[in-house]
Amino acid sequence: MEFLCNLNWIELLKCFLVSGVLCVIGQILIDKTKLTPARILVIYVTTGVILGGLGIYQYLVKFAGAGATVPLTGFGYNLANGTIQAAKEDGLIGAFTGGLKASSGGIAAAVFFGYIASLIAKPKIKKQ
Amino acid sequence: MDNPLNTQKEYQEYVNQKSPNSPILKNCFNAFWVGGLICSIGQIIMDFCLYKGIDKDISGTIVSIVLIAISAILTGLNIFNKIGKFAGAGSLIPITGFANSIVAPSMEYKSEGYIMGVGAKMFTVAGPVLVYGISTSIIVGILYLLINAAV
Repeated sequence: MEFLCNLNWIELLKCFLVSGVLCVIGQILIDKTKLTPARILVIYVTTGVILGGLGIYQYLVKFAGAGATVPLTGFGYNLANGTIQAAKEDGLIGAFTGGLKASSGGIAAAVFFGYIASLIAKPKIKKQ
Repeated sequence: MDNPLNTQKEYQEYVNQKSPNSPILKNCFNAFWVGGLICSIGQIIMDFCLYKGIDKDISGTIVSIVLIAISAILTGLNIFNKIGKFAGAGSLIPITGFANSIVAPSMEYKSEGYIMGVGAKMFTVAGPVLVYGISTSIIVGILYLLINAAV
């Protein structure tokens, strides 16, 4: 309960606004272009990696917290950030190990829970 | 005076003429608040982890894992596709959309077996995301090293 009283509402509002805008951009891409959701996800991750590599995306993360890290651009940022940190320490090997190291939790969870959920799921009966 | 919307056909034409703009605004509004809400839930989980004294990087990972687990299970229960239909990009763009993109095709191809059905189809959308994300990040790392070596 004490935790709920200490919630930072300003931070939460910034998070809400930034992630909302990121989703609206995606919605405009869906409605206005012929891009499939798969392409949009790829574009978001790649954009996140590039913006992270250029050192731009961390300002958004600092400003919006989870509002910038939870959208898929944040996943890309995480990859780029991990790669650069590891490249600093281990050189070329770090460029290969760092990205997945930083995002391993999310990827492993996605594979594991994705598999479990598919096992328990009943295939949808398609309506004619 | 004649009402221009008298016949059903005319009315249908009127609707078609008026409607193209409004769905996009409505879709964007729904995407905005659902996407914002999902990330705000992430922020609250994050704040809770930090409040418990957990390291910042690990807290971020916990947020991803919790959101992925919730959306994977909701997809399996056929609840997520209802949210997705309503929110569009609002549930696609957050990490929940990544988890959904893993479960949805593997559910559908379950009848093709557990290896080539569930195991392979999981990566129909997630595969390209990982391929392009990881490849770009390696290029970023190599460029970083090259630029630093040159300076």
